[in-house]
Amino acid sequence: MDFQVVVLAGGTCKKLLPLVSKDVPKALLPVANRPVLSYVLEQLELSNLKDLIVVVEGEDAALHVGGWISNAYVDRLHVEVAAVPEDVGTAGALRAIAHHLTANDILVVSGDLVSDIPPGALAAVHRQHDAVVTTMLCSAPVSGPTESGSSGGKDKIKKPRRYNIIGLDPSKQFLLHIATGAEVEKEIRIQKSILRAVDQMEIRADLMDAHMYAFKRSVLQEVLDEKDKFRSIKEDMLPYLVRSQMKSEVLLNGAPQAKNGNEKVSFQNNQAVVSQILANASTLSFHDLYASSNNGTALVRRIHKCCAYIASESRYCQRLNSIQAFSDINRDVIGDVSHLSGYSFSAHNNIIHPSAQIGSRTAVGPHCMLWEGSQMGDKCSVKRSVIGRHCRIGSNVKVVNSVIMNHVTIGDGCSIQGSVICSNAQLQERAVLKDCQVGAGFVVTAGSEHKGESLARK
Amino acid sequence: MPPQRKGAAARVSEDTEDLTRHPLQAILLADSFATKFRPITLERPKVLLPLVNVPMIDYTLAWLESAGVEEVFVFCCAHSKQVIEYLEKSEWISQPNFSVVTIESHNSVSAGDALRLIYERNVITGDFVLISGDTVSNMSLTQVIQEHKERRKKDSNAVMTMVIKQSKLSPITHQSRLGTDELFLAIDPQTKQLLFYEEKTDNLRGIIPLDNALLGDNPSICLHNDKQDCYIDICSQEVLSLFTDNFDYQHLRRHFVKGLLVDDIMGYKIFTHEIHSSYAARIDNYRSYDTISKDIIQRWTYPFVPDVMFSGNSATHLEREGMYRASEIEQSRSARIGPFTVIGKGTRIGNNSNISNSVIGKGCSIGSNVSITGSYIWDSVTIEDGCDIRHAIICDGVVIKSGAVLEPGVVLSFKVVIGQQFIVPSYSKVSLYQQPTVEDSDEELEYADNSSGTVDSSITCTMDTLNREMMSETPASQLGPGGVGHVWSICEGGHEEEWRHSVAPIPADKLAEATQSLEDDLEFLNLDGNALSTSGELKPGRNGTDSEDDDAEDSRDDSIYYEKEVEATFLRAVNENIKVPDVILEMNSLRLSYNMTSADCAGAIFYAMMKQALEIPHATAGELRKNAASIIDAWNNLLKFYSKEIDDQIEVIMKFEEMCLESVKEFSPHFSQILHILYDKDILEEDAILRWADEKKDAEESDKVFVKQSEKLIQWLREASEEED
Repeated sequence: MDFQVVVLAGGTCKKLLPLVSKDVPKALLPVANRPVLSYVLEQLELSNLKDLIVVVEGEDAALHVGGWISNAYVDRLHVEVAAVPEDVGTAGALRAIAHHLTANDILVVSGDLVSDIPPGALAAVHRQHDAVVTTMLCSAPVSGPTESGSSGGKDKIKKPRRYNIIGLDPSKQFLLHIATGAEVEKEIRIQKSILRAVDQMEIRADLMDAHMYAFKRSVLQEVLDEKDKFRSIKEDMLPYLVRSQMKSEVLLNGAPQAKNGNEKVSFQNNQAVVSQILANASTLSFHDLYASSNNGTALVRRIHKCCAYIASESRYCQRLNSIQAFSDINRDVIGDVSHLSGYSFSAHNNIIHPSAQIGSRTAVGPHCMLWEGSQMGDKCSVKRSVIGRHCRIGSNVKVVNSVIMNHVTIGDGCSIQGSVICSNAQLQERAVLKDCQVGAGFVVTAGSEHKGESLARK
Repeated sequence: MPPQRKGAAARVSEDTEDLTRHPLQAILLADSFATKFRPITLERPKVLLPLVNVPMIDYTLAWLESAGVEEVFVFCCAHSKQVIEYLEKSEWISQPNFSVVTIESHNSVSAGDALRLIYERNVITGDFVLISGDTVSNMSLTQVIQEHKERRKKDSNAVMTMVIKQSKLSPITHQSRLGTDELFLAIDPQTKQLLFYEEKTDNLRGIIPLDNALLGDNPSICLHNDKQDCYIDICSQEVLSLFTDNFDYQHLRRHFVKGLLVDDIMGYKIFTHEIHSSYAARIDNYRSYDTISKDIIQRWTYPFVPDVMFSGNSATHLEREGMYRASEIEQSRSARIGPFTVIGKGTRIGNNSNISNSVIGKGCSIGSNVSITGSYIWDSVTIEDGCDIRHAIICDGVVIKSGAVLEPGVVLSFKVVIGQQFIVPSYSKVSLYQQPTVEDSDEELEYADNSSGTVDSSITCTMDTLNREMMSETPASQLGPGGVGHVWSICEGGHEEEWRHSVAPIPADKLAEATQSLEDDLEFLNLDGNALSTSGELKPGRNGTDSEDDDAEDSRDDSIYYEKEVEATFLRAVNENIKVPDVILEMNSLRLSYNMTSADCAGAIFYAMMKQALEIPHATAGELRKNAASIIDAWNNLLKFYSKEIDDQIEVIMKFEEMCLESVKEFSPHFSQILHILYDKDILEEDAILRWADEKKDAEESDKVFVKQSEKLIQWLREASEEED
């Protein structure tokens, strides 16, 4: 498959503080004791997409990510790790590595995606329609079920949250409208010209941009060059391409540089169009109809196609872009979508590493994970939580709905609920944490109680 | 809540019982409350105009009867006498199981008025079909009424079901084949509820603004640009009372439907029903007259076609190539009659004449060497030798003398005479009647057509008695030797639209123009898009503020326009010596239409007054001040009316300050004096001045110029108020 994959692995996202640090960039945050990046890489490998560029923000982070990848995937994937400056935005990151791109089509995927949707399907749809861009859409998490899932968790989201407003053609193959970010909260503004061409448009609020895109490389490079102010793929590039699909500018600008391997332009040559239309006579899209309906005038309408691949509702798709999401994904991967974790669960629906030690009358409930070398004292209770490597947990400790990373020491009588404890942190006796994040190496003093706090070393 | 539910449910079931007892009713509006068929409709109501030789209302009534409607209330307004007379003579009155009752009104100017009147009559007992008398259809009502009732059982707020039909628009002119403007609908794909209705391209920005809340209730909505409104509505009884409650609802779609969609307090809902195989269309303009005539000839409207007797139509025979012939036709052997043509009873056609794609009425006489294509010729028309008629509508009794030529799109009203060899230019409308001088140039504002509506009736009333003399004095021979009739001037701005609604096919140059404008449109859109994206390249947060800026810009534009309007109004008031209460009325309407606060009003009026003062010639600065004083004196009451509140008064001061700083620097030396005048005239209270001074305390030095200038006055006011205390 002539696809090059760009994995945007981010850097040390501020939203995820104190979970991330110089040593643990976002891409390496553990989800069920595996770096989150591995979930994407695994899916890519399954789809036989093996030519990868992993883009990391910041040199240090890039070193860490690169080190991990070369260990884990040395023979399996052809990976380059590229470092870009921080805060350049997703489009900026692509721009920085644009000269590395050589394949006809580029798959851009966010490195924090935890999903079981095959990227190959997206690539196939992209190729089938000869699209300029194809976007993966998945069903937006309905607030109801997720809420009930995190029964003891945070109830921050009260209103049904809206992620994207998406307009599709009746066949649900083409993307006609996309509103993201701040636009979503305003009124929906639909372009009449597109509606006129397509006659019918379905507008949906229950879909979410899954941050996986396939781009035609020539167009991608051109847009990146021309629109040097574009910062974000989702906020700038995609809406731009969708908006201008009936009056394409990318091809217009590309025309003089036809030699530049701009196959779209040569495709646009009339004969090619005709043969293309004849070839797919049965599946004429409205784009083709629109382009050819020039009513005797010499005008050839320049169009490009923006496609959408809608993942089936049963698929899992989440991005690890907030602390809430981190907790949710960890819980889901050892719970509802355990097939993603790649581990086999015991009869009790949990995983306890053979080398882990559990004291007497300690209960590890279903949907839990206790990893190698960790020790637990007596009369502990663990529910829906992940505990990493070599943790030492005292007696009478309650862990509910939490993630505990590696080498964490927890004293007797602690209670941890809905919290994230980073590596090497220490909880002294009888500390009570509810909805807290404890940064790496932080020491929570004995007997202290915290609720909804972010604790980290200054 | 539960008891209420029960109540509602009980009422609904009662309703349905009622329905089973009561016959299915229909309201037929025999007046379109529009002027699109002028000048023909000056003399004959639209519903009686022949459509393929049968009056339109017969199609509607025949369909209603076949669809199982038992009681029809025909609402007549314009030319009501003619409609009633026609119905009384027709066989509709004497049908078993089908009663036709006429309701007459003389002063209704809109569908809203009509429904309010019908509500008062208290004749509608349940769900009813609401249509106008110019609808041609053969759809079955059973299913849509069933659906409507089912919905009503579940939700008593579902008051109306609207029939829609698939219709592809022309990609170039953006109008349907019926000549109607493009329609944008948003429909919930599951429930078929109508969520958005935009009929007119009044929003030229190429953007459909959908309320965000729509998506809150429905996870997905479907936007349609390929549907046509058939103007067939199944309504519940409440619809009538809704019209009565909202006395400003005039137009069925523009006010009623939009009103219900926007109003979220009452929660009334409108649903749609799409028909696929049956026919439904409304004659809205000349183009739809043409299209629907062709559909009838091509039998899409079966069983309502010329060779089926469905009302008083005379028997015609269908021959090959879609030619219909009535009896007693005298046709020369050398005459050629082409396909899709209807020839009425007793018509004579001379040698070598050529007729194609046309409808010819009863008792016409067509001479030799006449060529007629795509035209509609009504009864008793005389066409002399050698005429050339293309795409025209020719009413009863018209005489076209030999050698005359009608270019495409001509409409000749009753009894017009076209002189020999005369060439009638494209899109001309000719009538024996003068064009009403109080022509409402805006055809869209049908409901606002008060003036023309009344003219209509006055013409019909007075014409019958007076017209003899008017007609006898031959109108200017604008129509060649021996011609009789007035050529109507096409109202301003109407001409470019004329081709859209005419019976003539759209000429190639118009098409090219439209294509061009379409491209420009797109170009513009993309520019717009670029503008958006350049603002959108920044962070999402910024993005939001940017667009807020846009909004702010919009409102700023608004306020500039508003100020200009106020200024113009005020100038007129000064020049024409309009009384203060009348000016206040005008100002109020301006204020409402621009959605301004009374503070904005006060500011704008004051601005206009000062501008006026500046206009009056003045030699010295002192004179200027005197001018200002006299203007303030003269319009004291007007300004007072809008500056009752302290806030309004502060706004006046601020406005004045702004003026002195920016636009009209001449006043700046007189700031404090004029302020004092305003105070003396009781326009400004001392509180307002003091608060203004307080507000300015922390302002920058440059902003404080005028506070300093009025230091004395402020000081004096302060002391005065302290003394009072």
